[in-house]
Parts: sequence; structure tokens; C-alpha cells
Amino acid sequence: MTSTFLGMPTTAPRGVGHLRGDQSFPAAARRALADSQLRRNLGHATATIRAKSAAVIAEAPDWQQLRDAGAAIKADVMARLPELLEQLEAAVTAAGGTVHWAADAVEANRIVTELVAATGSDRVIKVKSMATQEIGLNEALEAAGITPVETDLAELIVQLGDDRPSHILVPAIHRNRAEIREIFLREMPGVDPALTDDPVALAAAARRYLRQTFLHTPVAVSGANFAVAETGTLVVVESEGNGRMCLTLPETLITVMGVEKVVPTWRDLEVFLQLLPRASTGERMNPYTSMWTGVSPGDGPQQVHLVLLDNGRSAVLADEVGRQALHCIRCSACLNVCPVYERTGGHAYGSVYPGPIGAVLSPQLTGVEENASLPYASSLCGACYDACPVKINIPELLVHLRAAHVTAQRRPTTESIAMAAAAYTMDHPALYAAAQRAARLTRLAGRRGRGLPPPLSGWTIGRDLPQPPPQTFREWWAER
Amino acid sequence: MRIALFVTCLADTLFPEAAKATVRLLERLGHQVVFPEEQTCCGQMHVNTGYPDDALRLVRRHVRTFAPYDVVVAPSGSCVGSVRHQHAMVARRAGDERLASLAEEVARHTYELSELLVDVLGVTDVGAYYPHRTTYHPTCHSLRMIRVGDRPLRLLREVRGLDLVELPQAEQCCGFGGTFAVKNADTSTAMLADKMRHVLATGADVCTAGDASCLMHIGGGLSRLRAGVRTVHLAEILASTEAS
Repeated sequence: MTSTFLGMPTTAPRGVGHLRGDQSFPAAARRALADSQLRRNLGHATATIRAKSAAVIAEAPDWQQLRDAGAAIKADVMARLPELLEQLEAAVTAAGGTVHWAADAVEANRIVTELVAATGSDRVIKVKSMATQEIGLNEALEAAGITPVETDLAELIVQLGDDRPSHILVPAIHRNRAEIREIFLREMPGVDPALTDDPVALAAAARRYLRQTFLHTPVAVSGANFAVAETGTLVVVESEGNGRMCLTLPETLITVMGVEKVVPTWRDLEVFLQLLPRASTGERMNPYTSMWTGVSPGDGPQQVHLVLLDNGRSAVLADEVGRQALHCIRCSACLNVCPVYERTGGHAYGSVYPGPIGAVLSPQLTGVEENASLPYASSLCGACYDACPVKINIPELLVHLRAAHVTAQRRPTTESIAMAAAAYTMDHPALYAAAQRAARLTRLAGRRGRGLPPPLSGWTIGRDLPQPPPQTFREWWAER
Repeated sequence: MRIALFVTCLADTLFPEAAKATVRLLERLGHQVVFPEEQTCCGQMHVNTGYPDDALRLVRRHVRTFAPYDVVVAPSGSCVGSVRHQHAMVARRAGDERLASLAEEVARHTYELSELLVDVLGVTDVGAYYPHRTTYHPTCHSLRMIRVGDRPLRLLREVRGLDLVELPQAEQCCGFGGTFAVKNADTSTAMLADKMRHVLATGADVCTAGDASCLMHIGGGLSRLRAGVRTVHLAEILASTEAS
């Protein structure tokens, strides 16, 4: 590969994949907030994961050092990404795999569809993967007459329910067991009509359905949690064993991986395989960690492909502040601690990447103007930063992207005029004191401030305004 | 000790009792409080809403105003957080390295009230008397941005007559978040509803915190519900005595 400069990297293209919602965050959130079942499901599920994760993190005496190590490895990867990717390509190729480079979702979908078509199979089994959700691979395969079957239990629930994932790790977190039973009864081929909502019975029903599919499908598609540049090893971390089935039984294995997932050395996995399970599922050790290096003759898939996906990542990398969003290891800890996510759920974010990390990643992948409401979908409470196992400073990124959005406006807005006026006033103490006196006029806004014009009416939907005091502090001080 | 009061624009304009209480408390403890009148606002609202360039002039003003003082105190974890974590960033963004280092110098001498009392002045018993059932909300910026830890609780535990009750899920945000409260009013209100539920569950008649902004939010909600619980800044509780 030559390194020819082709201009500024492009963002993820429109019309393909799932990085953009059809509504702004506040509008989508309003709908979600009114769903009492969703609020209850999310409140219960996030509180459970939070408690479990906090308990196992408390057991690790070197947790903060591990976080520092994780952050340092990722910063190093971002600083020399092209070199590491070329090293990875060489190692995978030497081990008998084939590496493909996809500039965006369209290219990645085309590459995977052609690879599947070449096998002659009209069905693929899928390991849970964020990258393939991001690019809308299932839709692309279906358009080519190929049936993708999600084998992660929660992704299967989402797929059968003709639904969208709402959490990175627990895609069906917005569903409770009664709803899952209804989806299975309605959509699962060959399901027992006497199925109950007992979690064991639900898992057994999925198991019966999936087992046949595993045994009769010659092609699998996966994502990857990590790829080791020095050895060419790909790593998938999962907890059901269904991923392991997909990674070992079929003849052909196609892995779609975002370019930022590469790590330099085998030894770096030591850090991430400690961080990831404790931060994500609250487990001390991940249950099923599958690793493969190219092709092992006579054992497992004999056709092994790796599709390296950019889809806006180079554009993120070009922003020195914004690039830390690429450090994300998709653990979902930030979702589980986020007070906004806990109340709105993932669909309100419009992208497959919800929650705090989604609010900083999606707008960067698409360009901030195409997800302009997401950086504002946070009270900047900072819980996400504390929870992140690789110390991504999400509040800093949110504020950084808000500034990028403001800068992108070609014409002054009502808000920008008001902000400039406020800054000017506050830079002139006499004007500032006059404005403070004028603030007392808010008494005229009616009792307790109801009837204020937008955007201030947002305040008074559920909150009274404070009564302005008869005297400001500085007036009191001057009289002392 | 000579202490400069960084009053914060919100306390100055809407919650002067919190600022007056800060002055009374520090004077009662034998210190001299000065109020540099050139101060206005730290610019946090501008930075957090996406206007760091507009905030630059406010950062410059703040740094110029407070650079001459050895110790600066604010009755707000959030505004201290802005001084510590945003001012130098705003200056650097504008390419003003000199302002950035001056801002870092000012930040090193700027304390939130409970930090000043416990760390600098070395007191936890400030001689206060406040006979009310009270719950404490640790505001997000106090808790996670400047990490005041249990300093406010150590101060409150020494207040005579005060019945301190623990707030369930205290570390969750109240939903204020500056312009978040109007840009995402529905989500903000949903967060507030849960915060109020927890405050009411304590049976307290007073909810206190170290930030007037979060108290304005929680208090505005409680007032709308006619819940009969009032919000009072930590400084006002610590300034109260049997005589008052």
C-alpha cells in the first residue's frame, strides 16, 4: 500500500447504515420518556449491571493503573494507526487470511455480499457485531437475497422483533421477558406454543432454533473486539458461546472490523481482557474469548477474510481532541451509568452507538452537522468519564463538539447573538449590574415564571423560577 | 487570612443569601473577606454551550480580577470546576499561552467553600446551629469534577441541632446541566422527578448542596409540586448560629 495523500478524510456516507436518526434527540427522547414500560425495564437493567460491575471493579486493586494502561495503549495506536494496520495486514495474510480495505459502509457491504455470494450460500450466521450494525450489513445481504441470522440471543430478539438494538452490549435491554416471549411466539420458526416467560425456557427455545442454523450454515460474519498487529490474531469476546459456534463451525468466516480495533502486541490483550469484562458485564473474566490467526489447516474455517472498515474513522482521527472517541472498547459502562440514557434508552440517539459514547462518536463519524443534537444530550454530570475503562474524557468531547457545531453555523443564530451579547455584558460590570436589575423584571413573567417565551419555557414545564431577590449581592456589599 | 470572594454570577444575581452567608461565616471564623468588584461570570455557560470564543473575554476578566489574591473562594463546586478545568483550555484554544498559565495559577489558589474550610482553614466544626432535618445532594461538579469528597458532610455532621439524613442514589445528577435544562427540558425534568422522589423519601424539610444552580433546579421542582421541602445552600447552614 502506498501512502498517497488524497485530501481530508471523508465522513460516513448517507443513505446506508445506522448512524443517523430521523428525529433530533429531544424529540425522540420525549417519546421514549413517556413509555413507562421502557423506563421500568431500563431503570431495573442499568441499576443491576451498575451494581454488578461496581462490585467486581472494587476487587481489582490496580483498576486505576489498568485504566491508565488501556488509555496509553490506545493513544499509541491512534498515533501510528497506518503502520499498525499494514503490519496487521501482513500478519493475517502470512497466516492464510485475506484482508480487504473498505473506505465506507457501501464498500464494506459490497465486499461482504460478494464474498458470501461466492460461497453459493443464501444464509449467513452472525456473531454479535457493532460494526456490521453500523454499516447496515443485514439490509445489504437481504437485498442480495442472502438471509442473515443473528445468533447472539439479544440480537436475535431484536431481529425477530423487527426492532433496533438500544444498547451496545445488551441490545434488547428495552425488552422484558414477557415481551420477549411474545416476540418468540410470533416470529420464531417452530417455537413451542406453550412457551412461558421463564428465562430458562426462553433461552432453551432460542437454543433449539439456533442449533439447527449453526449446523447447516457454511458462512459466518463477525466483528472483532481486538486485532493483534504483531501476530495477525483476531479476538471476539462474548458470553454465550454462540459466537464460538459461528467462529468454528462454518467453512468461511468473514470479519468486519473498525480500523481502530488494532492493538500492537499480544501482550496488550492482558490489559483489555481485564478491563473489558469488569466494565461491561461485571464479570471477573470473560466467559468465551475466541482468538484465531488466519487459517488452521483442517481445523475451523478454511476461508478467512478480514474487512478493515474506515467509514469516517480517519476523519475522527484527524481531530486531535476528538480522536479519543476511537479509544472506545464498546464495554457500555458509560451507558449504564448515564442518567440520560437510563431514562431515554438507546433508540432516542438514532444511531447504533447510543449513550455518552454514541453522543461523541456518531456525530464525528457522520460529521457533527448530521447529528447536531447529540452532543447536547448530556447534563455533563461526568459519570461516564469516571466509568470509562480507557478514560475517554467524554464531557470534554461533548463540549468540544458543541463548539464545532456552533462554528459550523454560517449565519448568526438567536442563540449565538444572545451568547455574544451576554459575554459582552458580563465583560462590562456597569452593564452587568444593569442587567441584574433588569432580571428583577422576570417578576413580570407571571407567578412562578409560567408563560415565559421559548427557549425559557423549557424551564417552566416542570420547575418554578426563583423569586428574584430585592437586592443583588453586590448591591448589599456596596451598602455594607 | 485575607480571602477574595468569587461570588459567581448566579449567587450574585439570584441567590445573594448564599454569598452573604459565605461572608458572614468566614468573618465569624476570623478572616477578612474582600470582594473584587470587577468580577462578573466565569464563562462556564458559554463554554458548555459551545461558545468558548465568547468565553475568552470572561476568562481574561476573571484571571485579571483574581490574579492579585492568594486565596479565592466560591460557594460553588461547578464554577470552581470551570476555573480549574476550562479556563486554561479556553485560553489555549485561542492561542494565548500566557493567559493559560495565569489561569492555571489562579486556579491553584481557588477553592470551593468546603475545600477552603477543611483543607486551608483546617476546620470542620464552624460553630453552626441549624435545627432541621436536612439531606445533602452532592452536585456532579463538586463530586466528579473537583472531587470535594465527604468534606461537606464532615462540616454538616458538626452542625448543632442538624438531623442529617442520607439521600438515596445521591450521586445521580439532578438533571440541571445549564442549558441542558432548556435544550433537553423533557429529559432534564425526568431526571429531576427521580431526584425529588429521593429527596422526599428522606422526610427532610431541607435539601442542601454546594451549588446554587442545582439547588435552583431541585428547588424549582419542589416548589412546583408544593412539596413543602426547601433548598438551602450549604453556606447558609454553616453561617447559621443560635443567635441568628
